[in-house]
Amino acid sequence: MAIHLKDETEQIARWRIPQLRLRRSLIVPLAAGLCLVSMVIMAIFAPFLAPHDPLAMLPAERLKPASDIFPLGTDAYGRDLLSRIIYGARVSLIVGIGATLISVAIGLPLGLLAGFFRILDAILMRIMDGIMAIPSVLLAIAIVTLSGVSIWTVMIAITIPEVPRLVRLVRSVVLSAREEPYVEAAISVGSSMPKIMWRHLMPNTLAPLIVQGTYICANAILTEAILSFLGAGLGTETPSWGNVIAEGRVYFQINPGLIFWPGLFLSLCILSVNLIGDKARDMLDPRLAKRSRL
Amino acid sequence: MLSYIMRRILAAIPVMCVVAIFVFLLLRITPGDPAAIIAGDMATPEQLERIRASLGLNQPIHVQFINWVGQLLSGNLGTSLISQTPVTTLIYQRLEPTLSLALVAITLSILIAVPMGVMAAWRHGGWIDNLVMTASVLGFSVPVFVIGYILIQIFAINLGILPVQGFRSIFAGVGPFAERIILPALTLSTIYIALIARMTRASMLDVLGEDYVRTARAKGLAERLVLFRHALRNAAIPILTVIGTGFALMISGVVVTESVFNLPGLGRLTVDAILARDYPVIQGLILLTSFIYVAVNLLIDLSYAFLDPRIRY
Repeated sequence: MAIHLKDETEQIARWRIPQLRLRRSLIVPLAAGLCLVSMVIMAIFAPFLAPHDPLAMLPAERLKPASDIFPLGTDAYGRDLLSRIIYGARVSLIVGIGATLISVAIGLPLGLLAGFFRILDAILMRIMDGIMAIPSVLLAIAIVTLSGVSIWTVMIAITIPEVPRLVRLVRSVVLSAREEPYVEAAISVGSSMPKIMWRHLMPNTLAPLIVQGTYICANAILTEAILSFLGAGLGTETPSWGNVIAEGRVYFQINPGLIFWPGLFLSLCILSVNLIGDKARDMLDPRLAKRSRL
Repeated sequence: MLSYIMRRILAAIPVMCVVAIFVFLLLRITPGDPAAIIAGDMATPEQLERIRASLGLNQPIHVQFINWVGQLLSGNLGTSLISQTPVTTLIYQRLEPTLSLALVAITLSILIAVPMGVMAAWRHGGWIDNLVMTASVLGFSVPVFVIGYILIQIFAINLGILPVQGFRSIFAGVGPFAERIILPALTLSTIYIALIARMTRASMLDVLGEDYVRTARAKGLAERLVLFRHALRNAAIPILTVIGTGFALMISGVVVTESVFNLPGLGRLTVDAILARDYPVIQGLILLTSFIYVAVNLLIDLSYAFLDPRIRY
């Protein structure tokens, strides 16, 4: 009986080890997911969470250090830094998610078409090569300068430089998938082009699209912050992490928190999205994960 | 060889053409009236007309295109709306700080990132590997300006060993130049280091499993030689490629870094142009940087043939 028991515990132990390993590899992405979820909650419930009105200027309270009333201190106009950061999450997340969705909406059909039609492929890929050669931040700046600043133009300006990479990715997946027997079979039984593309080719692109989508999202959040920081983004009446930092620059030596706090939220947000993207890639493409983990 | 070089150069021409056409169309197909947006809300009809004229918008589109291509080919990038100076002159005046910054940053990145990647691959799965990979995710995620201000806070304010901001020409002495360029260069390098270190590691991991690496070790070569002479050489091409494509990141990084450290270079020119909505300057900078990007990648393409005798024309 005793021997039997020992066997059982051994069995349990053996069974548990891989489970523990699985858990350890999930700690980082789970933490990242938690971080991101709290930022989303922060953005949605900003009016309830922010201790003050992010736009209310209190001249008597300019550049105050952290206190009970102003948990992270105030900026040069006496506005509460924490409230501005909480509201700032809205811009970053809307731009990040919006730019990702728009670039997929443009890139997926273009990539499917390019992968399927040879002549279109040649033309489309030359155009994409050209757009890829233009530095993305400068292109975004040009678009915002020409069409005026709004959350939409900022989103579009960030999206356009991202499209070529997406088209290339979808196209490469389609190029290898269209040689598969099931696609040939679909062609030979006379399925219509749209049906082949949608039913047989599109599902192949989903896994790489999810991975690429997270990277686009991280990059869009970063680019929005850069645009705001350079003065090409939304005005300060719409607080965003980038423009809070831009405003804090002049007073950096008086109160470094004006840059570090929004910088911390921005970095954590981008880091979380990147880490989730890495985990998604590892899970969806084990072959690639082995070669270049992370 | 010559025909390989010629083919590569010819392949770069359509890319430049697409860039030029795209930039040309950007101004013309933007919804709304770009001239009105550039002029701002307070503009008089005369000012609007003047901006339209200097952007070349008041002619039929095919005439506009021919003029535009003609001017580009003769090296004319247009005239600033604000200072009425040719854009090429403005760029030339601001070239030195940017070139210094970019060259120092690229050199630093390669010197730091390649050994990092090699060590990570060598001790695959060990603590060096984990450290390098963590550093590289952080490098991708922390924005350039945040890194810049952290470095200023540590080295210039807390330790007080380096100046906060500013630029000195290298011709005015190496010491003052170096102490002012080192922080901006480090800032600009971070994302590039992350990128190159990752690629070096991945490429080395592929190569370290090859037979010739085993042979080199079996004949008793020092590990340093095996890694850097036998393995790294064979792993070099993907690394070079990523240095080329990552050059685009560097261009965006330059604009931000110069603005953090107050360097009077092309980045500052860009920021001034944004604030003044001086579109011709932004357009000129786009054309110039895209051209540099294509040229850098062309050079890297050509260097493959020298590095790897298996690649033949």
